[in-house]
Amino acid sequence: MAADTRKKSQPARGANKARSPWREQAESYFTHHRKVAEDSARRLWRNPVASLMTWTVMGVALALPVALLLLLTSLQGVSAGWESSARVTAYIELDVPLERARVLSNEIAGDGRVASVELVDRDQALSEFRASSGLEDALDYLEDNPLPHTLLITPEEGARSTEGVEGLVRFVEGMEGVERVQVDLGWLQRLNAMTDLLARAVWALAILLAAAVVLVIGNTVRLSIESRRDEILVAKLVGGTDSFVRRPFLYTGAWFGLGGGIVALILLQLSLWWLSGPIERLAGLYRSDFSLDGLQFDGALALIIVAMLLGWLGAWVAVKRHLDDMEPGDIAGGR
Amino acid sequence: MIEFRQVTKRYDSDHTALRQVNFGLERGELAFLTGHSGAGKSTLLKLIMVMERPSAGEVVVGGQVLNRLPRRQIPYIRRHIGVVFQNHQLLFDRTVFDNVAMPLEVMGASPRDTGRRVRAALDKVGLLQKEKMNPMQLSGGEQQRVGIARAVVNKPPVLLADEPTGNLDPALSADIMNLFGQFSQVGVTVLIATHDIALINEMGRRTLKLDHGRLVTGGTSVIGGGASGR
Repeated sequence: MAADTRKKSQPARGANKARSPWREQAESYFTHHRKVAEDSARRLWRNPVASLMTWTVMGVALALPVALLLLLTSLQGVSAGWESSARVTAYIELDVPLERARVLSNEIAGDGRVASVELVDRDQALSEFRASSGLEDALDYLEDNPLPHTLLITPEEGARSTEGVEGLVRFVEGMEGVERVQVDLGWLQRLNAMTDLLARAVWALAILLAAAVVLVIGNTVRLSIESRRDEILVAKLVGGTDSFVRRPFLYTGAWFGLGGGIVALILLQLSLWWLSGPIERLAGLYRSDFSLDGLQFDGALALIIVAMLLGWLGAWVAVKRHLDDMEPGDIAGGR
Repeated sequence: MIEFRQVTKRYDSDHTALRQVNFGLERGELAFLTGHSGAGKSTLLKLIMVMERPSAGEVVVGGQVLNRLPRRQIPYIRRHIGVVFQNHQLLFDRTVFDNVAMPLEVMGASPRDTGRRVRAALDKVGLLQKEKMNPMQLSGGEQQRVGIARAVVNKPPVLLADEPTGNLDPALSADIMNLFGQFSQVGVTVLIATHDIALINEMGRRTLKLDHGRLVTGGTSVIGGGASGR
């Protein structure tokens, strides 16, 4: 092979002379980068078990905060969905007849701030309660239906702000025959507060684990620096710049990151698949359309890029600490 | 090409390796550096390679004063200095070709250029047929020649050698010295640190002799016109 590249290069020389030198420089620079990148990747492949272990450690450390963030995003999606469909429930006094309730319903529906009103009469309410609560037998002992007629009021789009809803509540409360108006936003606020708290905890965890990833990669790269000591010293001896000597290790770090990112994606996908059944059932019980969403393509890409950056950073820490101090004076023998 | 002006090198523990050394080497000059073990030969070579900095005085290589050279610039100086070691410092995880190609690789030479120049260097030391072998498969003399090919592959104006014949029998040593002679004929400044008095006498070249850090013979200055350091 060596012999025929030589033959080929001979006639090509004249033509290549015409190319500007900076272009040739840039070309050999990129060729060198590609070569170093390939070489670093090959070195990782040559130790599949060790590399896989590092990838897995990194994958777990990355998958955990990402999974929590995904859960958080899904929860925030849920509360946002409920907020926009905030409903006002008006309980009619027990002794008000159904006809009067209908009149009230129409009256409320006529208001500008109201999108729709649904009247749930007490018999219907009781049968629904019977069906969903599982207290059938207990309910049979009751002589009377304890439930009132209920109006489920959905506010107009524009009236869904806190003040809008409050105004609507005051209007409905002022009506004759209405016993109590309930806006069930309290638990929603609690959920929001909780998700905010959770978000901070998750970010703190994410930062800690990212630091752990950087340290793990840093340590792994340190070992690889030790094992290639001779090569580094010779490269420095023959005039290799610091960035030349660092380059293979920075690529090694980035490849560790790539592997770790892929492992994290696989772990996320697996746990999502494993959890999706139970979550669907749970959401069904809460009559929620809650679902745990996986990473989209751009999210996956971002995860891998972040993982590679972390790997690169870890390698950089190791290189800074262990490589720059290495001086070829050591191999030149005693004084 | 190489000039030492009143160079002193002190290591921290009261140990002075070089004391006020003065000498100059012309372009194309070949000189030996000799002295008892611990006389400061390696320190002198390290100062030229900027592995050490002088405690006092100036080291000038190729017109550049190395004392004030910023750290980032050191690699670029080293590209102009080829070095041969007694234990040759070859890497056994790659072929002879890749070993010799290292100085070109760090310079960012194109693969085409690299191939041409590595083969020219291997041809010069007579190892062109062994380019694909691992240096481990070669004899001691051949390994040393690979080391020389690596030192000269990028045509440096300065070539340093630290006991290059230390492990070789006289016939091989003569071979190696012949090679150095040829390099000096094409304008390379060659400085060879050695114990081998027989070899030095045979070559009949200028000899710098160190004794406890002092240059006792051969210390003529080029630029100063012989006014100092005789």
